[in-house]
Amino acid sequence: MIRKSWWKIVAVILMVYTFTAGLLIKVPHVGNLYESIRNIFFHVPMWFGMMVLFTVSLVNALKYLRNPLIKFDILSVEYAKTGMLFGILGLITGAIWANYTWGEPWSNDPKQILAAIALLIYAAYFILRNSITDMDKRAKIAAVYNVFACAMLIPTLWIIPRMVESLHPGGQGVDGNPGMNGKDLDPTMRLVFWPAVFAWTLFVVWITTLKVRFALVKEKKSANA
Amino acid sequence: MHNWKKIMIAFFGLLINMVAVAQDQVVDSTQTGFMRSSGKIYVVVAVLLTILAGIVFYMVRLDSKISKLEKES
Repeated sequence: MIRKSWWKIVAVILMVYTFTAGLLIKVPHVGNLYESIRNIFFHVPMWFGMMVLFTVSLVNALKYLRNPLIKFDILSVEYAKTGMLFGILGLITGAIWANYTWGEPWSNDPKQILAAIALLIYAAYFILRNSITDMDKRAKIAAVYNVFACAMLIPTLWIIPRMVESLHPGGQGVDGNPGMNGKDLDPTMRLVFWPAVFAWTLFVVWITTLKVRFALVKEKKSANA
Repeated sequence: MHNWKKIMIAFFGLLINMVAVAQDQVVDSTQTGFMRSSGKIYVVVAVLLTILAGIVFYMVRLDSKISKLEKES
C-alpha cells in the first residue's frame, strides 16, 4: 500500500497537533501581535522547510555531479520545486501577517527583500533548466547552478539578516537567529513551534517523495519505450 | 469502483443524519456547548482538521496509486 508509512503517520500526527495546539494554547501578548502571534506555527515553518528542501536538492545535485545518474537529477529538481513552493508560501503568509502588524504587506524590510532575492535566484534555476532540451546537459548545468543558488542562501538568509536592523525578530543589536529572538520564544509556544517545524517539513518531504516517485516511473516508462 | 459506490452511499446517508442534527440545534441555538466556547475557536479547529483530513486522504490515495504504478513498471 503506502511505502515506508511510519514517518508519514508521524507527519500527520504532528500536523494534527500543530493545528489544534497551535490554535488553542494560551499565547503571550507581544506588542501589537495579539492572536496573530500564532502565525509563528505556520509562517516560520515554511522557511525552515524550504531550507531543508533546498539542502536536499543541493546534496542530490552534488551526487549527480559525482555520479551522473538521472535519478539524482530528478531528486534534485523535485526538492527544489517544493522548496520554491514553500518559499513562495512563506513570502505570501509573511505579507498577510505584515499587513496587520506592520501596516503594509511589503515594507522593504531587509529580510523580505533578501528572501525575495533568494527565491528569484531559484526561479532562474528553473528557467535555466527548462531552456535546455538535451537531458544530460540539462541535468549537469542545472546541478552546477544549483550549487551556486544554494550557496547564495548563506549570505541572503543567514549572514546579511544578522547584520542589519529589521522589523523581523533577530538582526543587528538583537539576540537570536534570523528567524526569531533566541531565548525570547515563550516556553509554551516552543512546545508547539518545534513540532510544527517537523510536521511541515515531514509533510512536504512526503509530497516531494510522491513527485519523485512519479517522475521516476515516468522516466522508466519513456526509457523503455 | 464498486467499493466507491458503497462509500458514497454511506457518506450521503450520513449527510441525511446531519440535517436532523441541524434541526435539533436550531431549536436550542442559545445553548452554549463545547464548540461555542472560547469565542467559537473550536469551530476553526474543526474546519482546519477537516481540510487536513481531506488533504491527507488525498495524499494517501495518491501514494498507494503511485505504489501500484511502480509495481507495474
